[in-house]
Amino acid sequence: MSARQTIRRAAAAMRDGSLTSVELTRAALKAASMTESQVHAYLTLDTEGALQAAEMADSELGAGDDRGPLHGIPIALKDNMVTKGIETTCSSRILSGYVPPYSATVVERLEEGGAVITGKTNLDEFAMGSSTEHSAFGPTRNPWDTDRVPGGSSGGSAVTVAVGSALGALGSDTGGSVRQPASLTGVVGMKPTYGLVSRYGLIPFASSLDQIGPFTRTVADAVDVLSVIAGHDPHDATSIPGSVPNLDAGLGRGLDGVKVGVVSEMQRDETEPAVRGAVANIIEQMEANGAKVQEVSLPSFEYALSAYYLIAPAEASANLARFDGVRYGNRVDGANVADMMSKTRADGFGAEVIRRILLGTYALSAGHFDAFYGQALKVRSLVRRDLDAAYEDVDVLVGPTSPTTAFELGAKTADPLTMYLTDVFTIPANLSGHPAISVPVGLDEAGLPIGFQVMAPALGEPTLFQVAEAVESIAAFDQEPELAGSLA
Amino acid sequence: MPIDIDIAHVARLARIELSDAELAEHGRHCADILEHAAKVQALDTEGIQPTSHPLPLVNAFRDDVVTPGRVLARDVVLDQAPAVEDVYFRVPPALEDE
Repeated sequence: MSARQTIRRAAAAMRDGSLTSVELTRAALKAASMTESQVHAYLTLDTEGALQAAEMADSELGAGDDRGPLHGIPIALKDNMVTKGIETTCSSRILSGYVPPYSATVVERLEEGGAVITGKTNLDEFAMGSSTEHSAFGPTRNPWDTDRVPGGSSGGSAVTVAVGSALGALGSDTGGSVRQPASLTGVVGMKPTYGLVSRYGLIPFASSLDQIGPFTRTVADAVDVLSVIAGHDPHDATSIPGSVPNLDAGLGRGLDGVKVGVVSEMQRDETEPAVRGAVANIIEQMEANGAKVQEVSLPSFEYALSAYYLIAPAEASANLARFDGVRYGNRVDGANVADMMSKTRADGFGAEVIRRILLGTYALSAGHFDAFYGQALKVRSLVRRDLDAAYEDVDVLVGPTSPTTAFELGAKTADPLTMYLTDVFTIPANLSGHPAISVPVGLDEAGLPIGFQVMAPALGEPTLFQVAEAVESIAAFDQEPELAGSLA
Repeated sequence: MPIDIDIAHVARLARIELSDAELAEHGRHCADILEHAAKVQALDTEGIQPTSHPLPLVNAFRDDVVTPGRVLARDVVLDQAPAVEDVYFRVPPALEDE
């Protein structure tokens, strides 16, 4: 089997004249036309716009006007990032038909970098979910087994990269919504340090946790995508001022002398044996390749999930107050303003979004604030303190991305709490704001992908990518779902 | 410990009109989730400061100048609205007739 197409390979081929962006984009669009009826990764496929951008990229590259690593590369966007002139729905009925009048900063940066935007991908409504089943426009399916979910909430973006209907994609990660679907679909998914990538134009779910990150086929490709979208944005008050760390500084440096912490609380009995086995095997080989491995205990991890399911809904209930049928989105008429708003929101939001708004409203309401939301914010401090203490002794922390491989559609929708538990390993990095990445390392006995998670301290992206690339090289995972189209 | 929620009151606060059956189901799910989330109350947080944000933020100011391309014209904004009248968003009456 020839090596899979990657952003780095395609970029080199476009510069030595053996590939054009139009050829690459046509291949991605063909992969979409061959797979969409089975996986439903895209909500909007912008065939015409993509081909125009590809032609432009070819003529610019031909004229020596090189815009960098993503010039001419097909990239898909999760449908919670606003795109001027292209419908943006958050997979919600309340925004069905909404065409934004401006683009998110990440979209502008991709366009300035010459990327070819292929379209908008499916998600759990307003990014609330872990399976991409909570979409008003129907679920996305896992290309490795279409009876199973791709994870979520950025399931559509993950699947475009898995099947080759894009070579890279952006998702947003609030509690694991990039890393968990990457794990379940066999691709690389990364959450940057909070504030490294602008959230301007990302329709918010939980503002203190949300961060945009890349899906790619390789770690080096993730470096390239992040290098284009990262950087200070004066339009996002939480954007980190100053320069971006040298993201590829660690690539190719291996594991010699790297101090790796294995998180005890992530070696749980509930984790599937195949996942535990694959993770243990990688850690063993990391040690054989020069890493100094030690066990690390983070006692507050046990409480992170509980804190998250108070903090995230509380922020969501405030953020989603803007959808009231007045300034944008859809409206259901009523006798007075309150009636109109109550009917509009009942009609426009799906059950999971309503559940989280109710939870958040309760946690913030008089009489419950201190016991729930206030206490959750203190637990958040403890999680961060535990992590900061751990990073005094180790360079990175490792463990599984998800306790399970892909589960069947419908398996967890009846009981929201079991769905929430799928995020147990990814949430701590959101609470602390630290970067983390999922790298595919193998398949379980059913042929479903397993993800390995690496976490690093704030702005530790160079070390994170260094270790992730070494893990990628140890695992040598090069399989793809049978559904995948050829991007050669 | 089971959590007792007046879910109809919460739904009113959140401005979401739900049927009795929907209220019952959401009430049950929210109680389950809050019971699990109440684990945080078991932790000793005496003297711990809350973290509302992962970054040690200071006020972020930018120059008070118009950024062309990031300012929307009034017509463009009004075009997004479900109902407008003249240069205003139009909504049903806010006050009941006496």
